[in-house]
Amino acid sequence: MSTISEIPKEEYITTCTAACAGCSSSLSLRYVLKAAGPDTVLVVPACCTSVIQGMYPNTSFNVPVYNIAFAAAAACASGMSKAFRSAGKKTNVIVYAGDGGTVDIGIQALSGAFERGTDFLYICYDNEAYGNTGMQRSGATPLGAVTTTTPAGKTETKKDLDQIVAAHNPPYMATACSAYPLDLYKKVKKALSIEGPKFIHILAPCPPGWRYNSDKTIEVGKLAVKTGSWVLYEREYGKLTVSGPSRTALKKPHPIEEYIRAQGRFKKATPEIIAELQQSIEKNLARIKKEEEGIC
Amino acid sequence: MRERLALSRPKKGACGLTGSWRVFRPVVDREKCNQCGICEIHCPDAVIDEELNIDLDFCKGCGICANVCPKKAITMVREER
Repeated sequence: MSTISEIPKEEYITTCTAACAGCSSSLSLRYVLKAAGPDTVLVVPACCTSVIQGMYPNTSFNVPVYNIAFAAAAACASGMSKAFRSAGKKTNVIVYAGDGGTVDIGIQALSGAFERGTDFLYICYDNEAYGNTGMQRSGATPLGAVTTTTPAGKTETKKDLDQIVAAHNPPYMATACSAYPLDLYKKVKKALSIEGPKFIHILAPCPPGWRYNSDKTIEVGKLAVKTGSWVLYEREYGKLTVSGPSRTALKKPHPIEEYIRAQGRFKKATPEIIAELQQSIEKNLARIKKEEEGIC
Repeated sequence: MRERLALSRPKKGACGLTGSWRVFRPVVDREKCNQCGICEIHCPDAVIDEELNIDLDFCKGCGICANVCPKKAITMVREER
């Protein structure tokens, strides 16, 4: 794991964005840009990040940003990267998209770009709903979570985006969590050193949407990892490695109640739903354990 | 001639003085602080500098620093305005 001293001091986000207090998306973006450095272009579809930049003619992002339509982010980035490579430039092209723009609307462009195999990094920061427009349900919303369009709790399960991306056999893919910024920094750094389409899925707890106090952002992120509902791993050329913070969760996960009770969005979750969530976590952890050992 | 392009340029305070959003202000107890820098790592808006001074013009008062501090050296005090 990286140490604090390795992290560059330069900030590519000038103080300060218009993100909500305690926003983990701006925390993640801070580390993504620290790892990527100044020779970077961000492609941002409609999501919270396209709003928090500031108002024309000022922006708080100190790297070029291209704001694009929801469904076109990956297509745009793959064309942009092709153009840079043809011009002999090694500029990093990074898509920074929310879960709505990845799991629901942007998935065809994502799939197409991964199939073409152009050199770019796709980062999905997942706050498990359409946070920018006021928390409507998305494909990434977990079972039992209350959003403005599922007032009694969502009745469907979360779409497993990582499995969909893994099916494209990318050279590198990883999951990260904003509560572990050093782990995220290391993963972005590693992803950018590999050629081809790369994917990083960041869990980004959202204080107003998940209904907890803004000071608990790091705590809730760590609980997600400790209970095993979010597993940190990286898959390099098909070989899966579980990252440090998730190792203990893989051996002995905390009960899911700790994670659920910390958030207001699960207040309508019945014991049956909690049991179902716990079951799906156990199933997922068992699958990851087997995959790491090379059994399946 | 003034440039009129649909381009935004980076500027400090592009979103205004976000410190005015604050309800609780972080107060650092220098006696307890051991300069570990964990608050600086976890600050979403990078308002804590290397000497661990908090820029109160931009600090939104989220309270993450007080929550992650292993020495409990930061307390959140209600703003009086």
